[in-house]
Amino acid sequence: MIYREAGDFKTSYAADNQTFPLRGDRLAYYLAVIFALGVVPFFINDYWANAIVIPFLIYTIAALGLNILIGYCGQLSLGTGAFMATGAYAAFKLTTAFPSLNIIFVIILAGVVTAGVGVAFGLPSLRIKGFYLAVATLAAQFFLIWLYTRTPWFFNYSPTGMISMPTRELFGYPVTGASATAVSGYLLCAVFLIASAWLARNLTRGTLGRQWMAIRDMDIAAEIIGVNPLRAKLSAFAVSSFLVGISGALFFTVYLGAAEAGESFGIDKSFLVLFMVIIGGLGSILGSFLGAFLLVVGPVLLKILLVNNLGWPTDVAAHLEIMIIGALIILFLVMEPHGLTALWRTIKEKLRLWPFPH
Amino acid sequence: MMNMTRMAAVLAVTMTAAAPAVAQSLHFPMLNYRTGPFGPNGMAFADGYQDYLTLINERDGGIGGVPIRMTECETAYNTERGVECYQGIRGDSPLVIQPLSTGITYQLIPRTMEDQVPMHTMGYGRTSAVNGEVFNWTFNYPGTYWDGASVIINYLLEENDGSLEGKKIVLLYHNSAYGREPIPTLTRLAEHHGYELITIGVDSPGQEQGNQWLQIRRERPDYVTMWGWGVMNAVAIQEAANIRFPMENFIGVWWSGSEQDVRPAGAGAHGYKSLAMHGTGRDYPIYDDIQEYVIDRGLAAGTGDEVGTVLYSRGMYASMLAVEAAKKAQEIHGVEEITPAMMRDGMANLVITEELMEELGLPGFGPAFEVTCQNHGGTGEAMIQQWDAESGTWSLITDWIAPNRDLIMEMVMEDSLAYAAENNIEPQCLERSGG
Repeated sequence: MIYREAGDFKTSYAADNQTFPLRGDRLAYYLAVIFALGVVPFFINDYWANAIVIPFLIYTIAALGLNILIGYCGQLSLGTGAFMATGAYAAFKLTTAFPSLNIIFVIILAGVVTAGVGVAFGLPSLRIKGFYLAVATLAAQFFLIWLYTRTPWFFNYSPTGMISMPTRELFGYPVTGASATAVSGYLLCAVFLIASAWLARNLTRGTLGRQWMAIRDMDIAAEIIGVNPLRAKLSAFAVSSFLVGISGALFFTVYLGAAEAGESFGIDKSFLVLFMVIIGGLGSILGSFLGAFLLVVGPVLLKILLVNNLGWPTDVAAHLEIMIIGALIILFLVMEPHGLTALWRTIKEKLRLWPFPH
Repeated sequence: MMNMTRMAAVLAVTMTAAAPAVAQSLHFPMLNYRTGPFGPNGMAFADGYQDYLTLINERDGGIGGVPIRMTECETAYNTERGVECYQGIRGDSPLVIQPLSTGITYQLIPRTMEDQVPMHTMGYGRTSAVNGEVFNWTFNYPGTYWDGASVIINYLLEENDGSLEGKKIVLLYHNSAYGREPIPTLTRLAEHHGYELITIGVDSPGQEQGNQWLQIRRERPDYVTMWGWGVMNAVAIQEAANIRFPMENFIGVWWSGSEQDVRPAGAGAHGYKSLAMHGTGRDYPIYDDIQEYVIDRGLAAGTGDEVGTVLYSRGMYASMLAVEAAKKAQEIHGVEEITPAMMRDGMANLVITEELMEELGLPGFGPAFEVTCQNHGGTGEAMIQQWDAESGTWSLITDWIAPNRDLIMEMVMEDSLAYAAENNIEPQCLERSGG
């Protein structure tokens, strides 16, 4: 009764084609953005920002990037961790080589560098498909991490191979390094996430996105109707790696502050982001948010509940946490193989008919 | 579109209660790892750390009459979890942070500096934190990786009548910030002493080392040194036994010399050596008290089966040094309820003498040392211990061996000043805190 299209009239094609055709959705979206940018910064504390919200925002960007590649273009990739590392090391090299360069440009340029690397490793996708492509991107994962840990130039010859982020300011406020406040880091990540989601949503709605989906659904048919597979696949790799690179750069600059390729961007990162995409929902922007939420925020909330609120021993809680999250993943996938976003879609359908289900 | 996530976030906010600041207690947080690939090692250390603090509470009623409040946070040796743990405790006036992970240490060095919380990385972490003028809030006494590397070389020099000319030494290292730490020292020392250094990395966690040992077999080194942790140690010792590498020429750092590391290789591990930064075993008077006040009262941490092992001893040692620093801080400031800033003063002026160790029930357990602003790293002395597979015990085969401190201090100055320049730090000693 509250949530439906009846009475929501469109008088132009532009209005009919907008991202959120339903007024309810649109309102919710605007409210969420206003809440994220206008309300949260006044209430967020250090713990919430640095331990929960910032990683959630950053992983969501990574999941968005991977979702473009896997969910929209159908190219399986296991190289996400390495591409995040590329973003992180690019940001490190750029910001130490040009200390006066604005951090926003550093992060965007890190994304561009990653896009280039992503395209290079996307080339095999023109010849191989499916699981074989996954193996090729797995090679990217191992090769890039090996490169970043063994080549001293990448970590500025530091004796341990760790890269550390110096303090950088934006509009006079430090956003990276230890003196950065929770709010500044949060705002930077939130702005990048909103921009990334906007970019991803609009790209996937347009010509490019339709080409990707055509390739995903049946590449031979797509080629016959005039989609250039080279352009479509490589552009998917480029956009995907760009977003993943941005998330890697933010992960290092804002969140961790010091990182090391093997430890922070290992194969487990690739799998983590892949699971986010699968659990959230392939080919869905909202799915990336939901998947990241379940896998990043879920464990921390469980920990807070079990250890801080119930006072359980930390090791028992840590083991339980793994079991509960694992069980949740299986449960969700059994109940809804298309991910959390499909669950949300079902709820929406029901809401539209409510309270007259027949 | 995002309303579901927001709703969940709001729910979560209401679910959490902020940790209340309890008055009249000294907060000693514990960043432990009892799970994950390094859990078996982390568990022993955590038990020792906690048991000693429990002992102080039970026997002495706390430090200077103020009870110790312990909080535990599980990091699973994961840097992201470590950051989360630190964020959770930093507002709760933690007296000293001991992350037991070089990776987490690197994350926390700038953060603890900013928040003015002292951090003690005993025998791990960033070696150049020895320079207390740059790293005001980070301490790594009584020894560092660079000291450890130098002690091993000095020991080998002694074994070889003062010359390592033409010898071949392999460094088998955990391919992480931790494992790479000794490389610069060993490289410099190679120039001095004329041995050939071959570095071979093992990716974490290190279950698969077939290639590395094939390479070692091909190179036929005179000695193998190891910077390993967790399962990597056990696998390396097993592999060395498999290729019949003479065990007495295989020397690990202090993190590669615990019971868990040698037991899996059985008799093959007999003769394996490692550095020891402290004594091991239950032959110290302190264990009578631990038995009486902690174990017999059912207060032992974990399952209690780690008591007296190498890593348990290390946890206990770390805990003992923290308690002594707190006592020192109370003495300097004349108040019982110290703040993290006062604790820093206590750590920066800590003096450990042989008499004090004896008084604490740990005679000869650790080296005597003095912390100063210019030297947060103690003396860097260590002993060599050797594994006896038949009796299943470690025995100390040398006295304290001193490292080549001149060279190390030179390297420390280079690295720490570079850090200071990168981060706009003016090197200076901190004044004592007012309060």
